[in-house]
Amino acid sequence: MINYLLFIVLPYAALTIFLIGSIYRYRSRGFSVSSISSQFLEGRRLFWGSQPFHWGLFFLFFGHLIAFLFPRAVLAWNGQPVRLLILEITAFVFGLSALLGLLLLVRRRLITKRVKIVTSKMDIVVFVILLVQIISGLMVAYYSRWGSSWFASFITPYLRSIFVFDPQMDAIASVTSVWLKVHVVSAFTLIGIIPFTRFMHFLVYPLDYTWRSYQQVIWNWNRRYIRTSRAHSEGHKSQNN
Amino acid sequence: MDVRSQVSMVFHLDKCIGCHTCSIACKNIWTDRKGAEYMWWNNVETKPGTGYPTKWEDQEIYKGGWEKNGDSVSLKGAGKFKGLKNIFHNPHLPVLDDYYEPWTYKYQDLFTAPEGDDQPTARPVSLVTGEHMDVQAGPNWDDDLGGSPDYARQDYNLNQLSQAEQEAMFQLERMTFFYLPRICNHCLNPACVASCPSGAIYKRGEDGVVLINQERCRAWRMCVTACPYKKSYYNWHTGKSEKCVLCYPRLESGQAPACFHSCVGRIRYLGVLLYDADKIQKIASVPEDQLVDAQMDIYLDPFDPEVIRKAQLNGIADSTIEAAQKSPVYKFVKVWKLALPLHPEFRTLPNLFYVPALLPTMATVSNGIYDSTSKSLWNDVSQNRLPMKYLASLFTAGNTSKIVEVMKRLMAVRLHRRGVTVGDLNRNEISSAMSEAQVDAETADAIFRLTSLATFDERFVIPPAHREESIEMLENTGDVKGNTGFGFKERPARGL
Repeated sequence: MINYLLFIVLPYAALTIFLIGSIYRYRSRGFSVSSISSQFLEGRRLFWGSQPFHWGLFFLFFGHLIAFLFPRAVLAWNGQPVRLLILEITAFVFGLSALLGLLLLVRRRLITKRVKIVTSKMDIVVFVILLVQIISGLMVAYYSRWGSSWFASFITPYLRSIFVFDPQMDAIASVTSVWLKVHVVSAFTLIGIIPFTRFMHFLVYPLDYTWRSYQQVIWNWNRRYIRTSRAHSEGHKSQNN
Repeated sequence: MDVRSQVSMVFHLDKCIGCHTCSIACKNIWTDRKGAEYMWWNNVETKPGTGYPTKWEDQEIYKGGWEKNGDSVSLKGAGKFKGLKNIFHNPHLPVLDDYYEPWTYKYQDLFTAPEGDDQPTARPVSLVTGEHMDVQAGPNWDDDLGGSPDYARQDYNLNQLSQAEQEAMFQLERMTFFYLPRICNHCLNPACVASCPSGAIYKRGEDGVVLINQERCRAWRMCVTACPYKKSYYNWHTGKSEKCVLCYPRLESGQAPACFHSCVGRIRYLGVLLYDADKIQKIASVPEDQLVDAQMDIYLDPFDPEVIRKAQLNGIADSTIEAAQKSPVYKFVKVWKLALPLHPEFRTLPNLFYVPALLPTMATVSNGIYDSTSKSLWNDVSQNRLPMKYLASLFTAGNTSKIVEVMKRLMAVRLHRRGVTVGDLNRNEISSAMSEAQVDAETADAIFRLTSLATFDERFVIPPAHREESIEMLENTGDVKGNTGFGFKERPARGL
């Protein structure tokens, strides 16, 4: 029963809240969507926390994504023990970097008066869930080694079953590692609280900056184009510059 | 030729009395909010001085603006690669202490203090943390300190001067200062727009005002770095960047921006310039000594029939073209060539121009002897209190001959008017100064009139996006005919 709640009800609840909540917040409450950076109030300590934390998470996120999307490729890579070892150690180092960065960020919030002032209750929730997530991940990596290999047989089938709306929790429920279960549960919780926290900012990572033109000119009403009275939409925006 | 219209500005520095009324008008309207207390969208600096934020002109510290990169320009401290690489920590971001920590006083303590031997005091408290603080700096902390070692001697523009020239500048007889009011330049090649990863910053097509969409800003903070004038500010409370909006709600209803309207010295002029948007990249990329002349080339003659035709083709309203023809900015910048952009070497093509302060001398000190026998009423402009090299560093990217030309024209106008009103100067001296500066009597009188006697409507020629027409900036009557008409927000289609 508890497994059913944690591994089937929670994921779907979290994903639903995530989808509806973040779309609603993005579209209707755009002003509230921000990374609410505090670098302006304190820059030096932020550097030592933010950089290892964000880059650690950045690579771990894509690591997990690749492992989920291309399990065969990962298994093939792991075919040689040396390469398996390199992958595991690299991932573990990124995990440590994220943890170290996070701890430094928490410390910064506590000891810098200016930053403490701008810390909200939701920031504390964010810190707690991230700590649980990263520590449980490191524990899994340490106690249940070679996750990049067993990932394909335990996690991938479970996650796939969730995403194809045919939930099968046998694989995950049979896992003995409590840390792994904690890791999965806290991951879905994290996804579920995205719309209510500053986590929103990684959904608006400015990828489109890489292909947009540098200058932007917006016309309220571009008199250059004659529009038909039937086209009620915004009309033709200027494309120059 | 892609003709566009730009609301642009001239500040006449000879007239600025440094009263900060503009700053207060702006503060009361726009930045009197939590997180914005430290922002001065309009600020007035004393030159020589370090400015606000401290040493903002030194791009080796702040990495703002563009730098020449082959035939083109690239952002110095931001851009696609640098911006995304530094998104988790922007190494060039100024922090609160580079501006100042805003504070208020505990006035209530004056009333609630227990009876005692001492006068009760209102201690300063930080507007950020709410704690008692020792005030270290303010937004105009260098005010009037034109000779001070901490401020004036640290002025970035002194780097252009040799040690001897600097010493000469700080001699008692030459020691001086002038005020430099600054707002957003609403640049033609804005670095803030280019640096914004979220695409929240944009230039309005109709009038060229640069704005930050608060709904789309995500606090990546790159605009603060990229703006070389440090006129984009980060609101630490809302997590959004903010900047001068040129009071666009006032402009759209035909009123001058608050800082312009409230200016006591009447130093400010506002009007339309027509420019050729096709040339922006080319002109932003010319060598430094040609930057001012090149920028003057981008602005078009609003009386030229070809320009008018192209402007109309581009949808610029006839009323805007008429405003461009009456524009005081066009006269100062293009016709009389008296106004110069601030730090053109940042290559953003700023649209705020300054008529530099003349500050002539009437005496010199040589070998410890005070010599007041200048050959005329005023010494030659080369003897002015502020060295031409210093002004060139501010206004012409180091091109001294350009600044001397402007000074000679200003001096010619002064001599001419002295001749008209007092008549104590040698006629030949006046006419030779005027012919050297290529200013005739008629022009000199026109310059004098617009400088000293101009009425409100002559100083602010605001193109009509007047209230009665402002609906047309959002909605064209032609568009809604046979569709929503007026009164429906969405198309009145039959329901499903």
